[in-house]
Amino acid sequence: MTPLLQVRGLEKRYGARIGCTGVGFDLYPGEVMGIVGESGSGKSTLLSCLAGHLRPDAGQVIFDTRHKGPVDTVTMAEPERRMLARTDWAFVHQNPRDGLRMGVSAGGNVGERLMAVGARNYGRIRSTAEDWLGRVEIASDRIDDRPSAFSGGMQQRLQIARNLVTGPRLVFMDEPTGGLDVSVQARLLDLLRGLVRRLGLSAVIVTHDLAVVRLLADRLMVMKGGRVVETGLTDQVLDDPQHAYTQLLVSSVLQV
Amino acid sequence: MTDPVIHLEDVAKTFTLHNQGGAVIPVLERAGLSVRPGECVGLVGASGAGKSTLMRMIWGNYLAASGTIMVAGTDVARAAPREILALRRGRLGYVSQFLRVVPRVPTLDVVAEPLLDLGVPEEAARARAAELLARLRIPERLWPLSPTTFSGGEQQRVNIARGFAHPSPALLLDEPTASLDAANRETVLALIEEAKARGAAIVGIFHDEAARSRVCDRVVNVSDFTPGAA
Ligand SMILES: Nc1ncnc2c1ncn2[C@@H]1O[C@H](COP(=O)(O)OP(=O)(O)OP(=O)(O)O)[C@@H](O)[C@H]1O
Ligand SMILES: [Mg+2]
Repeated sequence: MTPLLQVRGLEKRYGARIGCTGVGFDLYPGEVMGIVGESGSGKSTLLSCLAGHLRPDAGQVIFDTRHKGPVDTVTMAEPERRMLARTDWAFVHQNPRDGLRMGVSAGGNVGERLMAVGARNYGRIRSTAEDWLGRVEIASDRIDDRPSAFSGGMQQRLQIARNLVTGPRLVFMDEPTGGLDVSVQARLLDLLRGLVRRLGLSAVIVTHDLAVVRLLADRLMVMKGGRVVETGLTDQVLDDPQHAYTQLLVSSVLQV
Repeated sequence: MTDPVIHLEDVAKTFTLHNQGGAVIPVLERAGLSVRPGECVGLVGASGAGKSTLMRMIWGNYLAASGTIMVAGTDVARAAPREILALRRGRLGYVSQFLRVVPRVPTLDVVAEPLLDLGVPEEAARARAAELLARLRIPERLWPLSPTTFSGGEQQRVNIARGFAHPSPALLLDEPTASLDAANRETVLALIEEAKARGAAIVGIFHDEAARSRVCDRVVNVSDFTPGAA
């Protein structure tokens, strides 16, 4: 099987400071990889480089495209990368405001993504939007409301619907459950798990919440100071951490 | 004789506690174990001898320092994460001591999940889950609820139902009868006997001696693998 994503020697510097360096991994179709580490450890920098929001200073991010097979997205032409970002990739931001258009209705937020990939039939766009709002458990009578009228949890679910409506193959998530209270997080986790399984999505999830990765991620990557200090099967890294930093991370939370 | 499904050779395990002065705890060395289809092997030994550690190395959430751990064709000591995940999906089951689930997921789905992950149609998966939950006396009114608020014994039975949902060729059982009443204990022992009859290779930890002598064909004393013990 060809990996969906092959990352090699990825590095991003902010002047003299290291954002991330020496990062490499393969992600296979259907796999969910979690990235954990303290704040400032380079998780979000790495995610931005993977998703094409930031240009790395070195390294490759090879994505298995539908038509041309594996292509390095770092060196690909900008329009091509934009097209990938609209079709095969999705990015769920920590703050739903960064991923939604707050002045546009819920239905519009979802429909917009469809239109960006060429959908034109209004009736079909609206019914697809409605279907997706249902899947993320937003009642259909809220379709014309703006996200500003939604709770944080609803906004996050709307952002997920907006991202998944175009049938992406790879989803990047930056602290998708951060800032939500625990019961809302649980609902979102359940939803994400179901979607990942049913749609066969691959995902890279950045979080500092070890309980979240335990439940969502197949594999785990632990970062410190911009470097990967440990990788492995999620329950192996959490139950039998090898690196001093991972041991500290795991021992400083109550029961995960 | 048929080939073993689970076969460990020369397995060693040491924990290094980096944040406690780098203390090194050697737990096991030269550990070996072989389980054929239809066989159940019990792990025995004093508390802290490393029974659970050995079992977790077979499951793959503890790393082996050395040796080979062949389980249904995969060397867990060397396999990549996705190979271990594939092993766990189709060939290796595990009833751990604690149930860990996504909050809010109904009990019926928790039990059906291993089957859904294998691509079993939803209806068939739910039917199998219902059958096991009924056998383990989880009242039907609890099936739509998340097991997170269940009693210890109820959670354990949900865990057992989940572990037995798919007929894996290899099965690990960590104290499956602890905290169960007589009737449920009987059901669990019957499930183990049925799994053996269909050819499963089982490794179990049972503090309950009567249960152990009923279902285990042999025992392996993990204390024999304590480093320094000749
Ligand atoms: N994750 C871990 N990190 C460090 N040490 C560990 C870890 N897991 C187990 N140990 C140590 O390994 C040794 C064996 O523990 P284990 O839990 O395997 O024993 P056991 O035989 O299952 O005991 P019991 O009968 O009490 O359940 C103990 O000294 C324990 O402290
Ligand atoms: Mg134990």
